[in-house]
Amino acid sequence: MDFLNGLITFLNFVFVPGLAYGSQLALGALGVTLIYGILRFSNFAHGDTMAFGTMVTILFTWLFQGWGINLGVLPTALLALPIGIAATALFVLLTDRVVYRFYRRQKAASTILVIVSLGVMFVTNGIVRLIIGVDDQNFADGGRFVISAGDFKTMTGLSEGLAIKSSQALTVITALIVVAFLFWFLQKTRTGKSMRAFSDNEDLALLSGINPDRVVQVTWILAAALATIAGGLYGLDKSFKPYTYYLLLLPIFASAIVGGLGSPLGAIAGGYVIAFSEVTVTYAWKKVLGYWLPENLAPDSLVQLLSTDYKFAVSFTILIIVLLFLPTGLFKGKSV
Amino acid sequence: MKKLLLASVATVSFGAAAAAEDIKLGILIGFTGPIESLTASMAAAAENAIAEVNASGLLLGGSTVSSVRGDTTCAIDTAAATAAAERMITADKVNAIVGGDCSGVTSAILQNVARPNGIVMISPSATSPALSTAEDDGLFFRTAPSDAREGEVAADIMIERGVKSVAVTYTNNDYGKGLSEAIVNAFKAKGGEVTIVAAHEDGKADYSAEVGALAAAGGELLVVAGYLDQGGLGIIKAALDTGAFDKFELPGGMIGDSLAPAVGPGLNGSFGQVAGADTASPGMMALAEIGKANGFDVNSPYTTESYDAAALIMLAMQAAKSSKSTDFAGKVMDVANAPGEQIFPGELAKGLQILADGGDIDYVGGSNVELVGNGESAGNYKEIEVIDGVQTTVGFR
Repeated sequence: MDFLNGLITFLNFVFVPGLAYGSQLALGALGVTLIYGILRFSNFAHGDTMAFGTMVTILFTWLFQGWGINLGVLPTALLALPIGIAATALFVLLTDRVVYRFYRRQKAASTILVIVSLGVMFVTNGIVRLIIGVDDQNFADGGRFVISAGDFKTMTGLSEGLAIKSSQALTVITALIVVAFLFWFLQKTRTGKSMRAFSDNEDLALLSGINPDRVVQVTWILAAALATIAGGLYGLDKSFKPYTYYLLLLPIFASAIVGGLGSPLGAIAGGYVIAFSEVTVTYAWKKVLGYWLPENLAPDSLVQLLSTDYKFAVSFTILIIVLLFLPTGLFKGKSV
Repeated sequence: MKKLLLASVATVSFGAAAAAEDIKLGILIGFTGPIESLTASMAAAAENAIAEVNASGLLLGGSTVSSVRGDTTCAIDTAAATAAAERMITADKVNAIVGGDCSGVTSAILQNVARPNGIVMISPSATSPALSTAEDDGLFFRTAPSDAREGEVAADIMIERGVKSVAVTYTNNDYGKGLSEAIVNAFKAKGGEVTIVAAHEDGKADYSAEVGALAAAGGELLVVAGYLDQGGLGIIKAALDTGAFDKFELPGGMIGDSLAPAVGPGLNGSFGQVAGADTASPGMMALAEIGKANGFDVNSPYTTESYDAAALIMLAMQAAKSSKSTDFAGKVMDVANAPGEQIFPGELAKGLQILADGGDIDYVGGSNVELVGNGESAGNYKEIEVIDGVQTTVGFR
């Protein structure tokens, strides 16, 4: 019984939140890594693209809620998500047409494109704030919990509860589906293959008759879809606030770099590495060990390796260590 | 010869004190700068107290008081603030100062000008806990409470509600850190147990790590010394979702109409406190009348405290029978606190008369003045409880 209680405590406070947060980071990092692999620059506007997609999703969620349309236990936002993806795809294609295409034709260095994306970031930032404002927006509806801590306790008779929010379950499932689709698309379809060819060697790809404009367009559409899904799921799980989305950029980039920029598998691994390192290294093991160890060995102190103040130091230390020993990341991406 | 000289000096100064004189009060607050929107009302309230005393003609045998205004600029420029104070004391020869306003400049004026010159300062608005322990030679008082007082109040509320052990999280800045320290110290001193004190950063993506650590440490409730639209909200949501805590103590930064709807029904039963006087108290009602007649707004922050600061200085002068700062500094606490006849705004003449007759007064004023510790207001706090999704005021402290 004690062993189970300890395990449930661990699952409730470390594993479940870490898994959900890791999936959110992984989806964000996939978008960053895709742009880096194919268009060859670090897209700093990704966090705000997420905010843009989420904003459109929220606006349509409200519209559907106003019409009385809902999905029962599932959040209405799922219904609005495709519209959000479409709008974001149009938006990024427009920015590509107006901004990035010019620099691509100039064969601008990737550092210049990074700064250009910084500009796009600020403009997107402003547009989002103009339309929806700077405040917290709550748009989650439907069933809040798959199982709540209280229900779990009465069901199992254990003294510790396990809470799984429906948004967390949804995040993990959606992440799995999206990742599976992305790998199928890149490995099996003609467009996916041409994208990988373009990523490996641009000149050779052009010689073999691949249409570069089409590759760029598909990349942007995929990135927009990933950004909107990641943003929408994050907003459902926590809440939507433009400023938080802008700050999400840091852990997302850390994930993409740890995994290896340009490697989709790396982006996913990086997302989980960053999320779990933030949660586990600073976790206080007192309660779990109290259950697992015999009574006379149970700790009085918190058994906390590092105070939570250092949780960002942890993820960035991992980033530095990985870059020192594996400059291309865990999964052999491109070196920065 | 020397003795004779001393004796004659003593006689002369005694004579001067007995005769009517022209007393000057400095009003040294930030007429320009970050709190300039508040200071017009603050100065008007202080000058109204002066006018009230002058109209009575009872202060120190019919002495009159005039005010001298000076600008601290609040936080922008401590050099300007000390220069203004220097000018007030050396050129205008003020007897005492109502001010400063913001904590930083107040501390600078106190150390650089007021202490060297032996001038009493009563600040209506400086709230930094650091001023409680500053060296002041007994010259510095404030009618505003220290932020440390909120810690005491929070601890009292929790103890009275039977809470024995708490976990504490704070927003990682000066406000959050100072307030959480105050709450932790006060709660421990009253016999409570604090299981963990953990900081959180505002605007971050995820708070599961913080909530995990807080939950592992345990406690009956979680004290959230943060902001209601920032990390504080994220922490509360995550703590409720995981079942880590179901009750929260909410200090001033967490009190606001948006919190309860954002969190949902889980917040019901949580409680907290926020600074604010009871607008229905007799002192506030009396001062509101005066304000209405003389064109200042008592609901503007620190306005009642400004009236009270000026009134306290003049009442202390009367009690000490001297307008000299070093003479009356020791009397400020006496006139502000019990025992004695309670004096409300508009009754300064009555207070002066009682003191002249050798009686004792307890100045209540607009802000319910009660000076504690090193001469600072005990302050007034609203006790808040979340009932049916609304933050409801359930009492005053």
